[in-house]
Amino acid sequence: MSDNKDGVSRRGFLATSAAALGGIALAPGIRLVEIAAAKPDDEPVSSKVRWGMLIDTTRCQTGCTDCVSACNKENGLGEVTKPRTNAQWIRKIDLTDLKTDHALSLPMMCQHCANPPCVDVCPTGASFKRADGIVLVDRHTCIGCRYCMMACPYKARSFVHEPHTDQKPEVPRGQGCVEGCTLCVHRVDRGGTPACVEACAAAGHNAMMFGDLNNPESEISKRIREVKTTQVRADLKLDLGVRYEGI
Amino acid sequence: MASTASYVETQSRSGAFWGLLVLGGLFMLAALGAFLYFEHNGHIVTGMDNQIVWGIPHVFAVFLIVAASGVLNVASIGSVFGKPVYKARAPLSGLLALAMMAGGLAVLAADLGRPDRLIVAMTHFNFKSIFALNMMFYSGFFAIVSAYLVTMMDRSLNDYSKVMGFLAFFWRLALTTATGSIFGFLIARTAYGSAIMAPMFIIYSFAYGLAAFLIVQGSMYAWNKVQLDEGVLTRMKNLLAVFIGAALYFTAVMHLTSLYFAKQIDYERFLLLDGGIHTTMFWLGQVVIGGIVPLALIFTAGRSQTRVIAASVLVVLGGLAQMYVTIVSGQAFPLEIFPGYAATSSFQDGIINVYSPTLGEFALGFGGIALAFLITVIAVRVLRFLPQDDFAALKAGND
Repeated sequence: MSDNKDGVSRRGFLATSAAALGGIALAPGIRLVEIAAAKPDDEPVSSKVRWGMLIDTTRCQTGCTDCVSACNKENGLGEVTKPRTNAQWIRKIDLTDLKTDHALSLPMMCQHCANPPCVDVCPTGASFKRADGIVLVDRHTCIGCRYCMMACPYKARSFVHEPHTDQKPEVPRGQGCVEGCTLCVHRVDRGGTPACVEACAAAGHNAMMFGDLNNPESEISKRIREVKTTQVRADLKLDLGVRYEGI
Repeated sequence: MASTASYVETQSRSGAFWGLLVLGGLFMLAALGAFLYFEHNGHIVTGMDNQIVWGIPHVFAVFLIVAASGVLNVASIGSVFGKPVYKARAPLSGLLALAMMAGGLAVLAADLGRPDRLIVAMTHFNFKSIFALNMMFYSGFFAIVSAYLVTMMDRSLNDYSKVMGFLAFFWRLALTTATGSIFGFLIARTAYGSAIMAPMFIIYSFAYGLAAFLIVQGSMYAWNKVQLDEGVLTRMKNLLAVFIGAALYFTAVMHLTSLYFAKQIDYERFLLLDGGIHTTMFWLGQVVIGGIVPLALIFTAGRSQTRVIAASVLVVLGGLAQMYVTIVSGQAFPLEIFPGYAATSSFQDGIINVYSPTLGEFALGFGGIALAFLITVIAVRVLRFLPQDDFAALKAGND
């Protein structure tokens, strides 16, 4: 009886192991990491985590806009046909040092400040910061006053100037509201990484790194300890979630 | 017959009264059309974009709000500082304050991306936001100034008018401080982020408010064929001159301070020298038309009420130019995200932003003025808002 039981248990173990091994073989490696870090839907986000990004400008290629295209696709923004009024959650900026002519290129998006001016100025509290550092806009309470756009030092926000169709269910958008980079919160909450980071890696540039700034063992934290990184407009002391290397 | 002398004058010209209503109504209709057009199509049909997020509607709206708080000063000088000449003008001053505030707020609300969510703005407050604080000040302004008007116009409540006058005076100072701070609290942009914005807006409000008052008062006297007392005219025009001078002084101090900071010099060069329309708006609009010419007119006015009113009209035009400079020029200058670098991008980084306002935006702005105008015309028709010293004399003359 006992042997039999053990036998069943052994068979069960073998079957489970085989299934697990098969899963590992079939699923892309990244998927395993996602499952490990995924947050159950009914669990609130925690301030133990501070999501952030490190951008290595020495690896970022001038002319490459893969991160921008990936963002537009992921969030249903579409191609930029009207640069003045289309939403641009992430953009490539080409910079030239006025003294030395040193040129570089980098992506600019919401810097997910710890002290975000957009959140301070928003009259209704629609601009808010999650416990894990992601700065978002509540589409239900944004009245479209655009004061956050006046306040943002990085021009990271866009106003939806036109009616929209074919939205992505996970990324609700609406005419008359302000929006900006969400760090692909819908992916991050499932343990994934932002679409721009994924696209940069897929292009082989690996200029963008995403991770938990609060975890000293995370890749991003280790890298920030090792190399000199910069917060853009650090003089404003906004404590940014996005850091740059090489500027 | 004699007891309604001032009404007799207006009623005898009821055709003209209805004409004024139709005129104001037409502007209101145009504004309503613009509002529905924007609401239906989105702001894509305006000249505003992701760089110039606040445009002509805000120029008019902020001007009206600032002038509304300033026009109340006439009442404050009467109630708080006990000057009888101003006390007689206090009800009209209170009425204009309410009317202009209503006009300004209507424009601001009509330009929201989601005007249907106005109720959200009134029920969700972020107390750290100076904008939310402004909304509370605006609501309180209506309540306090209305109560103040009642204490002035209901004789049984006259005893309370001084207290209400004080409250209204301090409330309006706080309100304009908050309005100026909407810009003063913007840390990132070169044109803003200065504590001087608050007192400067208060001084601007004194000038714009008094100018608006003088225009309305002058029109009413002309309408009723009454001559404004020379002493009153002299006092009010001199006060306007002091306010214009103070406004110019604050403007000069702000720009001289900015010129001293190396990081601000590029913006100052843009605004003061080579900013095209922005430079013109500043020098010709704000300084010459809104400051120097009105001062010259006032000091050479003598007994001419026409010159004083002309000066007041110019102060209002200069005020609109100042709001354009503060609001639009401040956004037109590129946000300096990477100091020391030249920047280019698909999002207009590093370039002077161009703003071409559409007719609809002007229609919305003028709609705010039209709303204030209609409220004033109707209220003056049905209630006794006219300055009571001269009109009492007129009444006595008719007796």
